[in-house]
Amino acid sequence: MSSHPALTERALSVLARQVGTARSEWRRRWLSYVPTVAFVVLATFAAVTSDAFLSQGNLSNLFKQIFTNGLISLGMLVVILSAGIDLSVGATVALAGIVAAGLLNMLPWPIAIPLAVAVATVAGGLNGTLVAWFRLPPFVATLATMSAIRGFVYVVSETPITPNESAFRQLVASNVGPVPTVAIFMVGCFLLVSFFLRQTTMGRAIYAIGGNEEAVRLAGINVRAHVMLAYLISGMFAGLAGVILASRVGIAQPSVGAGFELDAIAACVIGGASLAGGRGSVRGTFAGVLLLGLISNLLNLYSVQAYYQQIFKGALIVLAVLARRREG
Amino acid sequence: MSQAVAPASVPPRLEMRGISKRYDATIALRAVDLVMQPGEVHALAGENGAGKSTLIKVLAGAVGRDAGTIKIDGSETELPSPHAARQAGIRVVYQEFSLVPHLSVAENILLGQLPSRAAGVWIDWKAAARRASAALESLGFDVPDVRRPVASLPVSQRQMVEIAKAMLQQPRILVLDEPSAVLSGGDLDRLFSAVRSLRDAGTSVLYVSHRLDEVFQIATRITVLKDGALVGTVDASAIDQPGLVRMMVGRELAEIYPRRSATPADPLLQVRGLSRPGVFSDVSFDLAPGEVVGVFGLVGSGRTDVVRAIFGADRSTGAMVLDGQTYRPRSPGDALSRGVAMLSEDRARDGLILQMSLRDNMSLPSFSRMSRYGLISRLQQTVLVRDEMAEVGVRAPSIDAPVRRLSGGNQQKVVVGKWLLRGARVLLLDEPTRGVDVGAKAEIYRIIATLAERGKAILLVSSELPEILGMSDRILVMRGGRLVGEFARSEATEERLLAAAAGVVEEDAA
Repeated sequence: MSSHPALTERALSVLARQVGTARSEWRRRWLSYVPTVAFVVLATFAAVTSDAFLSQGNLSNLFKQIFTNGLISLGMLVVILSAGIDLSVGATVALAGIVAAGLLNMLPWPIAIPLAVAVATVAGGLNGTLVAWFRLPPFVATLATMSAIRGFVYVVSETPITPNESAFRQLVASNVGPVPTVAIFMVGCFLLVSFFLRQTTMGRAIYAIGGNEEAVRLAGINVRAHVMLAYLISGMFAGLAGVILASRVGIAQPSVGAGFELDAIAACVIGGASLAGGRGSVRGTFAGVLLLGLISNLLNLYSVQAYYQQIFKGALIVLAVLARRREG
Repeated sequence: MSQAVAPASVPPRLEMRGISKRYDATIALRAVDLVMQPGEVHALAGENGAGKSTLIKVLAGAVGRDAGTIKIDGSETELPSPHAARQAGIRVVYQEFSLVPHLSVAENILLGQLPSRAAGVWIDWKAAARRASAALESLGFDVPDVRRPVASLPVSQRQMVEIAKAMLQQPRILVLDEPSAVLSGGDLDRLFSAVRSLRDAGTSVLYVSHRLDEVFQIATRITVLKDGALVGTVDASAIDQPGLVRMMVGRELAEIYPRRSATPADPLLQVRGLSRPGVFSDVSFDLAPGEVVGVFGLVGSGRTDVVRAIFGADRSTGAMVLDGQTYRPRSPGDALSRGVAMLSEDRARDGLILQMSLRDNMSLPSFSRMSRYGLISRLQQTVLVRDEMAEVGVRAPSIDAPVRRLSGGNQQKVVVGKWLLRGARVLLLDEPTRGVDVGAKAEIYRIIATLAERGKAILLVSSELPEILGMSDRILVMRGGRLVGEFARSEATEERLLAAAAGVVEEDAA
């Protein structure tokens, strides 16, 4: 040992440098874990202080509360990454629900449900057309379709539709072991989109468009097609949320979904997505969805008025963005 | 030497002594001195990363210093904030403009001091327009209508608005950070005469520029920084360009341009009668493999537009033949698939996605080479990107580092590497060294030379004459959207190129 002091010293310096790198990497990135950590802390707090929190009834309730926002946020994230926004998702949820409920009274669910989701995807395609081809600002385009889709839903059915069907309802209400099937479905969707954004050329292109559209165009990539894709994905996930929500509640309301778009945007932002595009992650959005869901669940458990939940949500969004600002 | 301009009895306008600044582990400035006399034009030179911007920011009150004293007209000043610096009579015109794009020229120039009536309730727009026009005219700047929004002006005119805004305050110290980056010949002359009249009125001007010829044209003394330390302050008359470069990089100017010789070959790209209505017309030339053809012209001569048309980024008419086959790109994608790539003038805007990694940036146009059914093979991607990084000599902490953390020179190499990875044979380089320091420039020139040696056909657009002369085998000159001259390397001189570009008739040319 003592015959190789230089070697030991070199090894030590390499080690020190690695520790240094890891530390500075951590210093830069710890903020991105804040939502996750906040979730764990809150959940622990809830488990310790409330007997009701860990009851199976409450937990599956929690999952059922978050899957709607979870699915919508996932689509919203893809649009936000492309430097867009989709305000029409709430109306699309109602559209898919009404269409699904109507079709379920005529067709078996393996046909009716995909059809309803397809209709929602077409609605997303409308957004994509307005943004990618007619170059409307995404906020304006989806504000317009939000209104138009909602109106269309009421034209189709002014009154709630109750589907006369049980197979799909049972599927939505079922559990795999102790876990609700919809929770597994939602987690599956998150993994899928995470893979899509990381490992596929289309996913990377969407990130890149949000970062610098001109550079992507000059790289010979079809920008329009990818922007279109982002809105199609958003419409599809809103549609999935809509059909599952309608089946869970057992009734399709034309008025459902108002304000859902804001919850989805909130989840993305809390999870670290930048509304300027190009920045954001599936992991962060997942944490944002969980955190928002947990907070409303907790405040319900402690029977705090719903209005306070909204104040909380507002504060959380501001805190999340302030925390991000310190990131390098 | 510091007594060269003013007698010793008058205190210097600005006396910065022992200025030090460190960011975390990086030392940005190491006990730097800078002394300016009243009514002096003083140049600040040095490579990127030499500490120029940090020194300017300290002077502007934008960053605090760790050590050192600052005296203005003999009295010690703290400069804790940009506001304090303004109070002390210091104005800085940065490279990134601080203009409000949707407000008019007049409002921008008079921001915060618009003339008003009725005790400050109504804005007196007529008076505002008059004062703004007067300010521009006194500088000899030609801005058509001060009521137009700034966003509608070309970049060179925006620069003048920015400068007029700073000069209107009659500052004691005016700092111009790379003002010529977007100005061409005539505008630059007007800027210089404005600077001179300001100097004669007693303002001290600190002129920061990469362009050495400008430094010698305008400055009486030059302070050179390197690696955050002071190399020295010299009288401009006591040193020549090679000497200054030696001070900046510790290297000879001649070594900057690599020696290379082109062997004549059949043209790879033939351009015939290329036109874009209202922008350029009837542009014809050939480009052979292994050849570097320089395109020189003043800002607005249409050189960039020609390049964009060849790249398929803009529509055009005319005929082009690439490798013996008709070439009619309808989009950059078409051009790339035929092996034509462009390096744009504005890397950050057109070439890079700053917050994304090197890996993503370099592989973006080449996804088809590293993916199957839309799935990216990470391994293949890593191998291809790593190889290309080594090829063009990108220095980066890791393949996953965001490109925004790389230096200007390294960023430019990323863009070159990205196109080579895509299999480019014709490279359209539009101002490839804009905003990079002398050291990185030399490296980019070496890459260009290597590319030419490997048989790439290179069109080099530049407004820097030494660069055009140093790198090109042939030189095309554009003026007003037309090709007005073609010179072989041997017959081209700075004077002849400039005369052709400016439309001056050569009197003594045969």
